[in-house]
Amino acid sequence: MADQQYDAIVVGSGISGGWAAKELTEKGLKVLMLERGRNIEHIKDYVNANKESWDYPHRGGRTQKMIEDYPVLKRDYPLNETNLDYWAVDKESPYVETKRFDWFRGYHVGGRSLMWGRQSYRWSDLDFEANGKEGVGVDWPVRYKEIAPWYDYVEKFAGISGNRDGLDVLPDGQFLPAMDLTCVEKDVAARLKDAYKGTRHLIIGRTANITVPHGGRPGCQFRNKCWLGCPFGGYFSTQSSTLPAAMATGNLTLRPFSIVTKVLYDKDKKRATGVEVLDAETNKTIEYKAKIIFLNASTLNSTWILMNSATDVWEGGLGSSSDALGKNLMDHHLGIGAGGIVEGYEDKYQFGRRANGFYIPRYRNVGDDKRDYLRGFGYQGSGMRQNWRHEVAEFSIGGEFKDAMTEPGIWSVGMGGFGEMLPDPTNKVTLDKNVKDKWGLNVLNIDCELKDNEKKMRKDIIADAQEMLEKAGVKYVQAREGDGTPGRGIHEMGTARMGRDPKTSVLNGNNQVWDAPNVFVTDGAFMASASCVNPSLTYMAFTARAAEFAVSELKKGNL
Amino acid sequence: MMNRREALSRVAIIMGGTVLGAEAFLSGCKTATTGVNFTAETISLLDEVAETILPATKTPGAKEAKVGEFMKVMVNDCYETKDQKIFMEGIEKLDAASKKMNNKTFMESDATQRHNLLVALDKEAKDYQKAAKPEDPKHYFSMMKELTLTGYFTSEVGATKALRYVAVPGKFDGSAPYVKGEKAWATS
Repeated sequence: MADQQYDAIVVGSGISGGWAAKELTEKGLKVLMLERGRNIEHIKDYVNANKESWDYPHRGGRTQKMIEDYPVLKRDYPLNETNLDYWAVDKESPYVETKRFDWFRGYHVGGRSLMWGRQSYRWSDLDFEANGKEGVGVDWPVRYKEIAPWYDYVEKFAGISGNRDGLDVLPDGQFLPAMDLTCVEKDVAARLKDAYKGTRHLIIGRTANITVPHGGRPGCQFRNKCWLGCPFGGYFSTQSSTLPAAMATGNLTLRPFSIVTKVLYDKDKKRATGVEVLDAETNKTIEYKAKIIFLNASTLNSTWILMNSATDVWEGGLGSSSDALGKNLMDHHLGIGAGGIVEGYEDKYQFGRRANGFYIPRYRNVGDDKRDYLRGFGYQGSGMRQNWRHEVAEFSIGGEFKDAMTEPGIWSVGMGGFGEMLPDPTNKVTLDKNVKDKWGLNVLNIDCELKDNEKKMRKDIIADAQEMLEKAGVKYVQAREGDGTPGRGIHEMGTARMGRDPKTSVLNGNNQVWDAPNVFVTDGAFMASASCVNPSLTYMAFTARAAEFAVSELKKGNL
Repeated sequence: MMNRREALSRVAIIMGGTVLGAEAFLSGCKTATTGVNFTAETISLLDEVAETILPATKTPGAKEAKVGEFMKVMVNDCYETKDQKIFMEGIEKLDAASKKMNNKTFMESDATQRHNLLVALDKEAKDYQKAAKPEDPKHYFSMMKELTLTGYFTSEVGATKALRYVAVPGKFDGSAPYVKGEKAWATS
């Protein structure tokens, strides 16, 4: 059927899928974007975006019914009353945990671009060179110099606010005006600079919230309600940014409720010919054909699709000839840090709700610093003046108690580490042979844990946080301990890594599957290591780069 | 001056923007519940308990924010069965304590008697929590007080009249001037 033939198919509509659709359609390709879940239209479908705390029966909290229905999501903050519809229903989306892995998913148009944390940092060569230098995993086939122009390109479109801080470990980008640090954060920043002789920096977070009108979007209003969907287009999401751009070309067809079950593969031509779709509403199977396939179904789901594809040629699926498919699953390990209170500044108070914090870039194993583990971590935190949630001791109940609670409390500062997790082939996903979902599809089995390198690093994350806050004059500093269960970072990476050798990697340096050069994987699955910075900006840059390469190869007749 | 230990226990350690406030939602709930019968009298009683904790001053009190009704919703929907039991038995214990102290039920007591009773119960609850292990059940009055504070300060009345709330701030200033006596923001 003619209407089932496209130039390109993009599987998934989250951050990287949105970018793939935008780039490919703008280059003139007719593109079909497939999304397994429902549609969510920009603004119109952000049903809670203008609600206030009192509009929610449980004021945003969680009920016992929610806890029962969401056995995975309940493990951390995402289970809440305000944006429950944006999270995949756990009971309908099973997976097997050989070891505990908290997998928080968004199955709808826009994916997790609607709920993401928006922190946007560039990698540096400290990250790209680490695997090769240390003999860990495989060497990245890409260096900063090659990806830097693509960071420029995606930052200019997405709109990243930040300060040009001039740090080698965290290259500056094309920034919109930075948000403000609070007076207390500025104080801590200055003291840290003195205490560590300019080797540790507290900077304002670089975030995909636009601080000035940008790309037709009015911009951030400092409501701090991002994850409900923003009616002001205050942050980058598929809906606010890439989807309207792709739609404007007239070249995009978006098809929700389309679960891609496999890539169709022609073993004679060694090319993919299309994808097989299970319609989630009708249960019917449909085939769509295209010259190029972009897999952007989210890290683990793109790998799942590969594992289900071309199994007549390779038992382990498309990309499994290397034995790397499904292996080297990574996340950022977090949940630990320190906090305390800052005395003074009683004549100051924050105005507005800043959906951003401060950032302390990596300093461990940088330059002359050498630790008993590899790589490093950064911290994210904030220093704000507290409100009624503080306790007032002199009054237990009554009018004076109440009136005291209506005034601002002390300033507190807290921060948590985001640590790099090394690629390790024993951290892996496989297709579980026994458990199926409601569609009758075999689900993933996740077998992943923190190893010694991460565990050693975590000791530093806590100890350094305490030491830095104490040196910065923060009082009553307390450590925050935690187990760092993988998955909680919601930064799944790896399992279809890129590399220089088809024997040890699934993708080449252009995100092409070695065994099917017209299949590109540009979500987190391609990552050969994790860095310690939030990954989405890097997915954007690699996706835009791969899309240009794909179209140029198509024109040359190489695909 | 506030109690620093208490303040510290509430220091939010923020692990990136989206995790802000997460702790409040992470109470260890396990089993679904069937619901508890709150009569109109029970809700009136809880309204008066809440009003005694947060009375009308120059700003409205907890009763105006319908905190009794809020407690019913929260206990029914969000509490585990064992905590529901503690809460419901707590209502009886509260009346028993009232009779012992004031020779009257809570509802029959005047404002001063109610205040004195809840000051005593607040002390009892604090002493209990101090000695309790993490796995021990909560004191019923701690539940009532916590629900009162949450219910009031997240209500429209509490957030906009007792506290300040700007729906669309439009900007962020991290060092805005503050004059003692100005109200706190409802959310930050």
